Amino acid sequence: MGFQISVGGFIAVYIFMVTAFAGWVIIGRVPAILHTPLMSGSNFVHGIVVVGGIFTLLNASTTLEQAIGFVAVLLGAGNVAGGFAVTQRMLAMFKASGHPAHGAKHATRAKRAAPAAVKSIAPKKV
Amino acid sequence: MLITISQLIIGSVDLIAAFLLMFGLWRMASPVTAPSGILVAGVGMVAAVLASFLYVFTVDAAARPHLPLNIGLAAAALIIGAGVAWWSGRKVAITAMPQAVALFNGMGGGAAGAIAAVELFGGETHGAPALTVTLLGALIGSISLSGSIIAWAKLDALLKKPLQVPGLQLFNGGVLFACLLVGGYIVFSAVGGGTPLVAMPHLIEIFFGIALVYGILMTLPIGGADMPVVISVYNAFTGLAVGLEGFVLQNPALMIAGMLVGAAGLLLTLLMAKAMNRSVAKILFARFGPGKKRKQGAIKGSLKPVQASDAGIFMRYAKSVIIVPGYGLAVSQGQGKLYDFVKLLQAAGVSVKFAIHPVAGRMPGQMDVLLAEAGVPYDLIVQLADVNEEFKDADVALVIGANDVVNPEARTDKTSPIYGMPILNADQAKKCYVVKRGDGKGYAGIVNPLFYADDTFMVYGDAAAVCVSMTEAVRGLGAPAAAA
Repeated sequence: MGFQISVGGFIAVYIFMVTAFAGWVIIGRVPAILHTPLMSGSNFVHGIVVVGGIFTLLNASTTLEQAIGFVAVLLGAGNVAGGFAVTQRMLAMFKASGHPAHGAKHATRAKRAAPAAVKSIAPKKV
Repeated sequence: MLITISQLIIGSVDLIAAFLLMFGLWRMASPVTAPSGILVAGVGMVAAVLASFLYVFTVDAAARPHLPLNIGLAAAALIIGAGVAWWSGRKVAITAMPQAVALFNGMGGGAAGAIAAVELFGGETHGAPALTVTLLGALIGSISLSGSIIAWAKLDALLKKPLQVPGLQLFNGGVLFACLLVGGYIVFSAVGGGTPLVAMPHLIEIFFGIALVYGILMTLPIGGADMPVVISVYNAFTGLAVGLEGFVLQNPALMIAGMLVGAAGLLLTLLMAKAMNRSVAKILFARFGPGKKRKQGAIKGSLKPVQASDAGIFMRYAKSVIIVPGYGLAVSQGQGKLYDFVKLLQAAGVSVKFAIHPVAGRMPGQMDVLLAEAGVPYDLIVQLADVNEEFKDADVALVIGANDVVNPEARTDKTSPIYGMPILNADQAKKCYVVKRGDGKGYAGIVNPLFYADDTFMVYGDAAAVCVSMTEAVRGLGAPAAAA
């Protein structure tokens, strides 16, 4: 037996239906303040089309197919990398009052880094 | 054996990737978890891309001799495409984000269209349902590609004026119909007539040509302030095209990711349209035409200009200030200077909030990002529904570069073109300062009675320059404020 995936017509419609519903629910939770990163983030998500582009290009057997397949991978890769870069940049700018950086991770990293620098002057206490 | 193992690995990795992409978007529900969300999604994406190279073990006999070249091409395309986009995505200005998103979105649409083109030109699609889905994906992807490029050009101010030709919408309808007709003919002759797809390359070329032209024509007449909707629509289009091509390639990860984005784009589109009080169809297929001129009732009161310094000092001694920033602030690049002023006010004990209208800016939520870039903490940024009750208790509403979104006519005047549109109740504040370049009208082309109200004062000038003057005036007061 193989593991080749085969999605029949009706199964496809079911997948589309459930996913659309899930997407609606997931996106509905996102506050308006994050709508721009959400849009560029979802932009990044559909960049997965690059996987389809790679599949198509690897299976190309004529020059025309190779040329168009190349364009598909080129554009898809641009979609993925660009979408990720701008989303990540934007999200890094959202900060809460009085707290540097998003989330606790960076804050703790900064705290951890601080004592090392201070050590020589005032050992122990931060 | 190798084929089976490859398929097993690809299938599993794609399954995990699809989950991670969904989970990444799930974490977008709060500014605290969102940064890790995009990282999670990124991990899924990288895994899926790496696993996709295992397809080399599954290619059919016809493609096998070309495999070394194809692998090289794929790697080169990946490196070039990702490299260029990563570099430009890192360096693009935050104010230029709508353009960047439009462009990256167009790329996705183009990739989906190109995949469909390979399937069609190579004659690899069989049966009416698969062929129809391929063509539909090709159509939507092509529209998204050319439409996004036009949207990018408009947002980047390369194309200045919306194209308005009488009868253009009718003509566009004809173009779309022609495209569907060609597509229908392709399906009919391939499935019904038994003509192989490879025997009709010109028909396929014409099909793609018309689809691309339609994307251009559809976007050209749409005006600047309607761009948030256009970007959302094309985002949804690309998602849909990717989902459809995912079905053609029998790849559920593509189907799920594509459809997820399709639903996201649709939701955002509807939200934007609601906030603009216009139907999606009207935004895409009609404009605030000059045709429907309406006599606006006489407006009581007068415009009362004041100096920026006086406005700044008054706010320094107020208890609470709500700021309504609009696109005019972004145009003058005054976000940072505004926040400098706000920090002074906060140091003097004034409570300050930023009230954001959903359609402030050129894409959904753009104003929030611009304020975040200027360093404004996100807990100071409040959305329309949460802040509107607070205006009546606020001492000052400071409107900067916004107009239609604070026009009280939307609540009171049934004949107004913006009647029913949700607005920020700046008119309910005890005092209202409006920073504006001149007496111009807003996008809807109507006079704003708020500017003439008894408690409203106009501060004329460039938003950034006004913020600087206000800051200087408050600093000039001395110690308590300057302590910031």
